[in-house]
Amino acid sequence: MKIHEYQAKEVLRRYGVATPRGIACFSVDEGVAAAHQLGGSVWVVKAQIHAGGRGKGGGVKVSKSIDEVRHNASQILGMMLKTHQTGPQGQKVRRLFIEEGADIRKELYVGMVVDRVTQRVCLMASSEGGMDIEEVAAHTPEKIHKVYIDPQAGLTDGESDQVALQIGIPPESLASARVALQGLYSAFVDTDASLAEINPLVLTGDGRVVALDAKINFDDNALFRHPDIVAMRDFDEEDPAEIEASKFDLSYISLDGNIGCLVNGAGLAMATMDITKLYGGSPANFLDVGGGATAEKVTEAFKIMLKNPTVKAILVNIFGGIMKCDVIADGIVTAAREVKLTVPLVVRLEGTNVDLGKKILADSGLPIISGSNMADAAAKVVKAARGTVKSAETKSNARTAANPKARVKPKAKPKAKPKAKPKAKPKAKPKAKPKAKPKAKPKAKPKAKPKPKAKPTRKPKTRPKTKAPRKAKPAAKRTLVNTLKSRNSRAKAKPAKKTAVRARSPRKAAARGKRK
Amino acid sequence: MSILIDKNTRVMTQGITGKTGQFHTKMGKEYANGMNAYVAGVNPRKPGQSYEGIPIFATVREAKERTGANVSVIYVPPPFAAAAIDEAVEADLDLVICITEGIPVRDMIMTKYKMRGKRTRLIGPNCPGVITPDEIKIGIMPGHIHKKGPVGVVSRSGTLTYEAVGQLMEQGLGQSSCVGIGGDPVNGLKHIDIMKMFNDDPQTEAVVMVGEIGGSDEEECARWIKDNMRKPVVGFIAGLTAPPGKRMGHAGAIISGGKGTAEEKLAVMEECGIKVTRNPAHMGKLLKSVLR
Repeated sequence: MKIHEYQAKEVLRRYGVATPRGIACFSVDEGVAAAHQLGGSVWVVKAQIHAGGRGKGGGVKVSKSIDEVRHNASQILGMMLKTHQTGPQGQKVRRLFIEEGADIRKELYVGMVVDRVTQRVCLMASSEGGMDIEEVAAHTPEKIHKVYIDPQAGLTDGESDQVALQIGIPPESLASARVALQGLYSAFVDTDASLAEINPLVLTGDGRVVALDAKINFDDNALFRHPDIVAMRDFDEEDPAEIEASKFDLSYISLDGNIGCLVNGAGLAMATMDITKLYGGSPANFLDVGGGATAEKVTEAFKIMLKNPTVKAILVNIFGGIMKCDVIADGIVTAAREVKLTVPLVVRLEGTNVDLGKKILADSGLPIISGSNMADAAAKVVKAARGTVKSAETKSNARTAANPKARVKPKAKPKAKPKAKPKAKPKAKPKAKPKAKPKAKPKAKPKAKPKPKAKPTRKPKTRPKTKAPRKAKPAAKRTLVNTLKSRNSRAKAKPAKKTAVRARSPRKAAARGKRK
Repeated sequence: MSILIDKNTRVMTQGITGKTGQFHTKMGKEYANGMNAYVAGVNPRKPGQSYEGIPIFATVREAKERTGANVSVIYVPPPFAAAAIDEAVEADLDLVICITEGIPVRDMIMTKYKMRGKRTRLIGPNCPGVITPDEIKIGIMPGHIHKKGPVGVVSRSGTLTYEAVGQLMEQGLGQSSCVGIGGDPVNGLKHIDIMKMFNDDPQTEAVVMVGEIGGSDEEECARWIKDNMRKPVVGFIAGLTAPPGKRMGHAGAIISGGKGTAEEKLAVMEECGIKVTRNPAHMGKLLKSVLR
């Protein structure tokens, strides 16, 4: 889970890390009021979105007068901010952070991740603040200093001082650096973070070490013990399809292609995407229905996939282990009937009771195309997608049409992939979003606001502005409200409930979704 | 021969009273030598009870002392699973196989830290388990798709492992042991550890190595193979089409900072002399082609 900069700073301040004073806002007027409240003569108006590179994209502006604050705030709020992490369409700015200006002597970088090789938290620090750390790592790796932190001892004073000196913090500021670095580590461990970055960490004119920016991502598996963190979740920043999927315990990720994939197991799901591409198609999504796929889950999975209008065919790839193929086949038939499937469906079943499963599909009277193995199924679904794609002039059409050779020479294909990939990825989000957003946003807002952590008093004011342009239809509204309700309960009640249930009978609850 | 587990292994189930634990303990008991292999269960609240004739003990240590169980399989829910591993390590078992998915990374960091210097080996978490076909099955994989034979399988995934096994069987190839090491970023034995065991196992003649995006375990294993492996290895890496920065189902399946891509892993594996395929439907055929 990700949070905004202002929220991350809130977390860091709890652990003693110094930050400039700032106020989160949801309208231009609030921004101006915030600047007045903060006082001083320089303010920074910062877009709050869950993506890096905001400065370069024009989402961070220094303002030297209240008028300038107003001007910059009105420019930034509502803009589609494009950064290297948002994709070409950009991400809409719905929140601002107004901060007092800082007297910067030096810009540094510190970050923390879990290092998989040493299986410890790794502190990375560099004198090259403000830059993309991946760039620094690629071009001047000697400028990145690392400390693999002993989980028992934590980040020691000695380690902290040494790394501080290495990145150019003067001796008289070491104590201040310790507070920042050890605070960052405590925050990382206590909140179950998966990544934390302060970029830049600045040395001020008067020798203080201050976090000018902050980013924290959290381990989703540990959210059950952090209801306060969960309350910070901003659904506006997430893909609505992914949010919807997570409600049903489905693991879904939107991609840019036109072939919907429904698979049991994460590894097999990735492999299914890969083979679809290998045979000249392009996956529209990653979707793992998990080991314990029920008919209901499969139905929801179909619905989510079909909400994406670019989907021209669906490939179901199931290796039924403990989960029997006939049960899965029943689920597929039920789902296909319930959603009134209009695109071709290719199903590959393998494993326990496979013959029975295939018979159920065949007897269903539904136009289900059967794949005898992964390769056969992939080839068939690519063909099926092309058949329906012809009429619609989509980009994916061009892509698949350009690839027919792939089927003749599957082995040669992969080499071309690295080139194709970077292009393909950024597109993934924009496609899914434009459709889903208009609907999702009005919903998410009203509910999101009451979240205690997220400056509750300010939010209601913004409502008229954001809402006016898109009036939700009554019918849509109802679902919106429902969605909101369930979102909210998911965000708050669920984690708490989970822990409660588990605490009562720890051994009774089953290890999650493991019946494959 | 086989690796990690065989017909002489004696297993206890931690979390035997939960739905998943019960179901898979029963399946394990019904598979090959399972009747003799599954000897104990652990639940601190239900000592003295039994499930399917398997006695339940309060602690791992007691279960070990009373039944001679040397291996544990864990189906305990995520918030308590790391502590369950700790208990098994403390009791000095030979092997712990943790099936549970969703354990917080911080818990696993502490657990791995406590395991330093201990002799207990850990498989998982978030894994399908280990099977030595026709002898013993510990985990959630379907037993009936396997058969004893000369091929070792090591993988970070569940169903993709079954897929590999299915393809081997199509080629008429059985398996020595199949090991799912799990999809979490902080876990027990890695590809390289399993590969070393297959190298020393007389029954294993060739190995299928299935990896996925994220981390650098496959690369590390590939470099070791280049210098040490005496048997042919074929490989597949899932996630060529995975977008960067997104967690693909498994907690550990993520391309971060441009690192851990499938392309990168495949390139290193090829450099190290491993025959790789980019087609997940060709794992079985490829293995067949390298068998001497």
